[in-house]
Amino acid sequence: EREREREREIQTEMVATATSTLLTSSLLPCLGLRGSTRSLQWRKKETQCTRKAGPSIITAKFELKPPPYSLNALEPHMSQETLEYHWGKHHRGYVENLNKQIMGTELDGMTLEDIVTVSYNKGDLLPAFNNAAQIWNHDFFWESMKPGGGGKPSGDLLELIDRDFGSFEGFIKELKSVASTQLGSGWAWLAYKANRLDVGNAVNPRPSDEDKKLVVVKSPNAVNPLVWDFSPLLTIDVWEHAYYLDFQNRRGDYISIFMEKLVSWEAVSSRLEMAKTRAVEREREEERRREEEEENTADGEPVEMYLDSSDADASETE
Amino acid sequence: MGWSCCNSLLPSNSHPLVTTKMSKVLKSSKLPHLYRQQRRELPGAQRASKAKAYHGLKTPPYKLDALEPYMSQKTLEMHWGEHHRGYVEGLNKQLEKDDILYGYTMDELIKVTYNNGNPLPEFNNAAQVWNHDFFWESMQPGGGNMPILGLLRQIEKDFGSFTNFREKFIEAALTLFGSGWVWLVLKRNKKQLAVVKTSNSVNPLVWDDIPIISLDMWEHAYYLDYKNDRGKYTNVFMNHLVSWNAAAARMARAEAFVSLGEPKIPVA
Repeated sequence: EREREREREIQTEMVATATSTLLTSSLLPCLGLRGSTRSLQWRKKETQCTRKAGPSIITAKFELKPPPYSLNALEPHMSQETLEYHWGKHHRGYVENLNKQIMGTELDGMTLEDIVTVSYNKGDLLPAFNNAAQIWNHDFFWESMKPGGGGKPSGDLLELIDRDFGSFEGFIKELKSVASTQLGSGWAWLAYKANRLDVGNAVNPRPSDEDKKLVVVKSPNAVNPLVWDFSPLLTIDVWEHAYYLDFQNRRGDYISIFMEKLVSWEAVSSRLEMAKTRAVEREREEERRREEEEENTADGEPVEMYLDSSDADASETE
Repeated sequence: MGWSCCNSLLPSNSHPLVTTKMSKVLKSSKLPHLYRQQRRELPGAQRASKAKAYHGLKTPPYKLDALEPYMSQKTLEMHWGEHHRGYVEGLNKQLEKDDILYGYTMDELIKVTYNNGNPLPEFNNAAQVWNHDFFWESMQPGGGNMPILGLLRQIEKDFGSFTNFREKFIEAALTLFGSGWVWLVLKRNKKQLAVVKTSNSVNPLVWDDIPIISLDMWEHAYYLDYKNDRGKYTNVFMNHLVSWNAAAARMARAEAFVSLGEPKIPVA
């Protein structure tokens, strides 16, 4: 009985940590935003703790998440056959391989996003990276599309697009060009860039809303903008397996059809909201931390700040 | 098969081993489709401007349906007719822009545009043109089986056994992530055969090694026939497609550049 209790504890702990990380990153109530409720549900279902017989090993396995529509729902723009192979074989393969790879290692039990950032290892990829990142990328990709998609975005998203790309057409042009020029396998992204410098005492002396902008980027193989600390909003899979059955080598046509008929602007908008709140939260935390530091050092001792390099040089040459 | 082999191994014009006779024959307009660099005659008033070197799309040494059922005609039509042709046309467009890369042979062009790991924009197209020429010639209808004589002996020497080489080759193909190629190369510095996998359009020429056979692991090479079943594709290549004749010819030529054993100095 104690074992069962412990198991329940661990399960709730895992769920709690998963949900708590999600909650800190989105202050908006999760009801009503299709995107975020889905991800909450997803987090809970995704990591399943299973008990193995014998010595108590708790393993967390990732599950293959189905797209939010049936496999033939994107016809005729993306055929059912493509979905069957792309999701049923490629995506499933990544999930199965990752589960095998992380079993019993320190990555076991971490959330998918954490595994991605940890195994990216600043570019020196660990073996789990390719599988983990590809799972994340494909989940994100299916959710970036919907039957009857396309059209134009609206509201905040359209405003930002107009501000950062000049016009919606300008944005489409850039995305198409970036996706077409990704050599080999990879992804094209629309991302929200509001990152901090990863340096201890670096502070943006003149922070402004303009620093937070939308960018279009491309990445090779399995890399995604999470590893650059961007917030991805939209992605197009330009691995050849994504379009070869439907378009053969006509990548340009595939990208056009994707933008005109498949992209789900609702998903993009809700991700933008989450990204914005996350950025604001981070700024607040940074301010808080800076204030704490100032308090700690505000006891009369002069803080040695290498602001003026010429002073330092002069003192060295003395 | 013989002449197409020799042609694909054509060394640069400045190479000491090329006799002037050979180069004259190949430069003559009687064999335009063999000679990869053609001087196009510009019409009329433009004749005063500089002539430009273009690269041509070379046809595979067999018909497009000759590799059925292991590699379908549809695949050849797409792979050669669209992808390979696209690379050739892309390269020609890029070379049109200025004269800096004028006059290079394909091998030189690849090494120069690779730029020691910081590839110039022309690298991708140039290398992919070369890679695909090499790939078509690495296959033949009724291929597969095993190499014989010298090449087999060398493989057994450097890998232990042919089976071991085959395993290593297939393993490299299956562990390659993303797009790329798998090669059997002769490494110049080690004087040994080795299996090498490269990403995207990189090929062993950039490290000054001599490729012997290659396998295209870009998804466009096998997706229409095998979808995601790379294992099947690689096995079919080894069993039914790889041309050990071409490999033997390349090996024989490579031995002129790399000494693989005791020199056979004839005794008077």
